[in-house]
Amino acid sequence: MQNDDHQKDHETNKASSWQSVVNDWSADKQSFDMPWGKLMMWLFLLSDTFIFSIFLISYMNVRMSATVAWPNPSEVFALTIAGHHIPLVLIAIMTFILITSSGTMAMAVNYAYQGNKKKTVYLMLATALLGASFIGMQAFEWTKLIVEEGIRPWENPMGANQFGAAFFMITGFHGLHVSAGVIYLTVIAKRINQGKYDKKGYHIVEITGLYWHFVDLVWVFIFAFFYLW
Amino acid sequence: MMKQQSDIPSVASHVEQRHPISMYLKVWLLLFVLSACSYMVDYFQFQGPLRWTLILTFMFLKAGLIIMVFMHLAWERMAVKLLLFLPPFAILVFIALMSSEADYVFINRIMSFFNP
Repeated sequence: MQNDDHQKDHETNKASSWQSVVNDWSADKQSFDMPWGKLMMWLFLLSDTFIFSIFLISYMNVRMSATVAWPNPSEVFALTIAGHHIPLVLIAIMTFILITSSGTMAMAVNYAYQGNKKKTVYLMLATALLGASFIGMQAFEWTKLIVEEGIRPWENPMGANQFGAAFFMITGFHGLHVSAGVIYLTVIAKRINQGKYDKKGYHIVEITGLYWHFVDLVWVFIFAFFYLW
Repeated sequence: MMKQQSDIPSVASHVEQRHPISMYLKVWLLLFVLSACSYMVDYFQFQGPLRWTLILTFMFLKAGLIIMVFMHLAWERMAVKLLLFLPPFAILVFIALMSSEADYVFINRIMSFFNP
């Protein structure tokens, strides 16, 4: 596929033009010019987008159709720290942690392409550590809601019963993704450290990064629709 | 949009992303500020359409930054962007369907639960 015609296409057609789409799909070659692992990750993330959308849409559906008042998330997730009652504070901290982990991941990808193995491994491990602390806080939040507030998937003392079902399903599925991401990051960081990608190239770091950024991206939507709305 | 590097083969130039670290730090800072802004929406207890507009604005700005810069989609070819942005329109259709269905269920519940 890397012949002279292809080369010319690159120069005459901008990558963001419609002509480039026609070229990519009509020629007798692969349509997506990227490592297959990266394309597969994009396709997986696209399908995952649909799964999370279905959760959020069903949450919208039950919230709109509930005749009992929806609990105020601002109050449900408030914490009293040193005598101060702060609304939604734990969720805000979790948001900042996840964004920070996305930042360290983006830098890991950058250092990987520069060939700086040591910094890549350290930044990936930092990302995994931040992810693990996110899960820890989520475990704390779940415990508080289940034990202290008495929220269950089928009932809760603060209002609409559907609140519990939506909360546990959405944050649980996201937490599962974070947990999987932490394991994924640790495994890949270990393999990079062992030098298993020295010959193959470091695209694996960008692929891992795509997954991690997606987990952060989903949290942006959960934060907006579940916690703030 | 696409930067051609002379020291590496042309195919690799749009596969490997080489940007200065400072760009990531700036986006990171911007995401922090936007998150703080969306938290402030709750902290100051804005209500009604103002609240929803602010939440959605900050949400889309954050999502856009993550997808375009952190996930490098801004530097991908148009075919990749179409692959990722066209299917989610089905989600918008689904949202429209399910919100009208939810309204219908709500009205039915009001009529049968509170109007015997």
